[in-house]
Amino acid sequence: MRLNDGSVARRLSTLGKHLVGDHYYDCTTTNSSSDPITPMASQGADDRTISPSPTSGGITGGSVFGHVAQAPEDPILGVTVAYNKDPSPVKVNLGVGAYRTEEGKPLVLNVVRRAEQLLLNDPNRIKEYLPITGLAEFNKLSAKLIFGQDSPAIQENRVTTVQCLSGTGSLRVGAEFLAKHYHEHTIYIPLPTWGNHPKVFTIAGLTVKTYRYYDPATRGLNFQGLLEDLSAAPSGAIVLLHACAHNPTGVDPTLDQWEHIRQLMRSKGLLPFFDSAYQGFASGSLDADAQPVRLFVADGGELLAAQSYAKNMGLYGERVGALSIVCKTRDVAVRVESQLKLVIRPMYSNPPIHGASIVATILRDREMYGGWTIELKAMADRIISMRTQLHEALLARGTPGDWSHIIKQIGMFTFTGLNTDQVAFMTKEYHIYMTSDGRISMAGLSSRTVPHLADAIHAAVTGAV
Amino acid sequence: MRLNDGSVARRLSTLGKHLVETTTTTVRRPTAPPIRSLPWRGSVFGHVAQAPEDPILGVTVAYNKDPSPVKVNLGVGAYRTEEGKPLVLNVVRRAEQLLLNDPNRIKEYLPITGLAEFNKLSAKLIFGQDSPAIQENRVTTVQCLSGTGSLRVGAEFLAKHYHKKSCFQHTIYIPLPTWGNHPKVFTIAGLTVKTYRYYDPATRGLNFQGLLEDLSAAPSGAIVLLHACAHNPTGVDPTLDQWEHIRQLMRSKGLLPFFDSAYQGFASGSLDADAQPVRLFVADGGELLAAQSYAKNMGLYGERVGALSIVCKTRDVAVRVESQLKLVIRPMYSNPPIHGASIVATILRDREMYGGWTIELKAMADRIISMRTQLHEALLARGTPGDWSHIIKQIGMFTFTGLNTDQVAFMTKEYHIYMTSDGRISMAGLSSRTVPHLADAIHAAVTGAV
Repeated sequence: MRLNDGSVARRLSTLGKHLVGDHYYDCTTTNSSSDPITPMASQGADDRTISPSPTSGGITGGSVFGHVAQAPEDPILGVTVAYNKDPSPVKVNLGVGAYRTEEGKPLVLNVVRRAEQLLLNDPNRIKEYLPITGLAEFNKLSAKLIFGQDSPAIQENRVTTVQCLSGTGSLRVGAEFLAKHYHEHTIYIPLPTWGNHPKVFTIAGLTVKTYRYYDPATRGLNFQGLLEDLSAAPSGAIVLLHACAHNPTGVDPTLDQWEHIRQLMRSKGLLPFFDSAYQGFASGSLDADAQPVRLFVADGGELLAAQSYAKNMGLYGERVGALSIVCKTRDVAVRVESQLKLVIRPMYSNPPIHGASIVATILRDREMYGGWTIELKAMADRIISMRTQLHEALLARGTPGDWSHIIKQIGMFTFTGLNTDQVAFMTKEYHIYMTSDGRISMAGLSSRTVPHLADAIHAAVTGAV
Repeated sequence: MRLNDGSVARRLSTLGKHLVETTTTTVRRPTAPPIRSLPWRGSVFGHVAQAPEDPILGVTVAYNKDPSPVKVNLGVGAYRTEEGKPLVLNVVRRAEQLLLNDPNRIKEYLPITGLAEFNKLSAKLIFGQDSPAIQENRVTTVQCLSGTGSLRVGAEFLAKHYHKKSCFQHTIYIPLPTWGNHPKVFTIAGLTVKTYRYYDPATRGLNFQGLLEDLSAAPSGAIVLLHACAHNPTGVDPTLDQWEHIRQLMRSKGLLPFFDSAYQGFASGSLDADAQPVRLFVADGGELLAAQSYAKNMGLYGERVGALSIVCKTRDVAVRVESQLKLVIRPMYSNPPIHGASIVATILRDREMYGGWTIELKAMADRIISMRTQLHEALLARGTPGDWSHIIKQIGMFTFTGLNTDQVAFMTKEYHIYMTSDGRISMAGLSSRTVPHLADAIHAAVTGAV
């Protein structure tokens, strides 16, 4: 029973005439640095009385968000924002960790294109809601990918896997679950770690502490410090572990060291929470890169694992990932899964279907899976080649210092060891865009741009910066 | 410096021998075992309780388990054709083809706020092409995961920023009844949830007096959730006159509107008509939040496409608000999924495809209205006791039948009708073929000794 348009227009016009804006709410200011906040004394102690003001909140009342401060730009994503603004023809974006080809272009994998074609050409394909836990086949295949085809934990039905929004979403859902159901609310994260980690855990309700990880002196692992800090952690604390290709340092423990870490953690009842964003990208081998995770699963204990397909399948913007929780028994896994749903439902109800369908299409098909491993290895090899080239370029220039960490570090990133001043210099003078902690994405390099980067590093290190 | 495979295998084998399986007992707080001892007994999650099934989604779970050939799923609000099948719109298929055939298409991360073009087009869709608020750049729109995601991001933003010590409440008023997931979304985001009277069981219509009283009694500055159109689960919407009254009351008390718009175009068949309540509020120059979903009106359910808009007093405020929305999104999922938003943008930006969409949308809305008419007539024909006119008065995908939980349980058990226990049925799940069966079930439930 809606009014016709003419009537509505007339009413709105009449309303407009009534909107005389003299009234200001006592609590709203458009300038957050103005008067200190006072209680609403003038509106009386009883908030339930209707204030006798004309219809306001109209033309001249202040904004109820007037005090909201401008948030700083995300440091990692802000790099690309700055890069995009730069008109220089020699600019290089070594900021965000997204793979680039030798031509400097983003890459959509051939298997992904084929999978999308298959999906699109399937007349039976529909867009109905997925279950809260996501695409079931995707979940099973993801668990097998990380834990191994023959994982006893999977065979014993002790693993619950839920589709989430890439790595971030998996971490957030896992963290909210732990904050709600796990008795220890402290999570230890390595120093340094991905910039978004502390924010995810904190907002989920966990307390964030750090353990020593990177040794600036060696540009390698501070293994002793790591062991000491984990030994000092309270029993039961959660520990974030980068499964491989540590971000931002590229420094990974050896398998021997992982075994040592595992024993220590299990003896103290520390709960492992793996972040696996680079499986297959680190060494080129999916199985090799999953060894640390499988080491922990093999001892029969429990753990969480967040998987991302952003990098290894190039599905960045599709937001495909999975959270797995390996439990002691099947019964526990069932109950845990039911509680994971209660975390997901009030967050976004159920996950997006497209990316997960692509992944399932590829993982379930022997031939496509094989094609994927080949393309994945090619990406990993190109990155390793960039490491070699950059290292050689610095040697050739006689750049002071030991640059062997460039070829020792693993994965997409190199932690150069350059300081913020040197980074700022390189950005200003050489239009090299990278995060201020000295991290560069090798994936953003090409044979063409390596010399330019080497020049920039050389200048930064030798100049009076 | 990784060990070769043989070494790893040997070490794992040795380790395996050390793993003596102890009897697992569930312990609430596992005590720390001594160093170098075996993995601890019991699960650290052993105390976790089995959560109840989501009441709405659980209906489909139960439906799927039922082997009966006459079963009907009137639970979750997803559109079904006359043949009872899910529908992918033609424009959507065409949009996907265009996207797939575009050799320049890539899968890079979207910005935290999502696909910019999608955001602009979404704002225009709900606020109107010529909305002054948009022209004045006072609107910030961020892509979110359908309606739920938009509500959650908005609620977290409000919980964090909509407060000034004792001035404002962190309270959101939701209508009674409302979508089952609403209170959970707001509570977990950090808001306190209260209710305002909405549905009148006696008339099966709007309890307008109760609504006004409850909003009048709300503390100044409280947030109020409003269903933009096609109220879920009741299908009862205020008239435009009533909306104007609500607007005046809310603005006089400084109540902050938070619109949930999940059915634009689906209620009346007209996108503009269905957006009138929202536009009424925007027209007075005031502020509001609006959560948009494309799940139903574009049939993009599983793609999770939606948008959160915050209409602010000034452009400067909108810029700052947007920067803070990013801080909510980044630790939740970093940035939103690209596929569904690309489909929407492809359709909304193209005049011809947009036109095609409105036609398909109207067809869906018309089919639902036709189901209402048919069900109403079927009940009249059976002489089912009671006034069933609400079936044709209520708007949108759902009908709040007025049946009680016992009657619902009876209908499920004896007639294999699946619906939520509050008596809500999804008209979209009906067809000409199944209407008689449903009418029989309702008739039996109402006349039988249930």
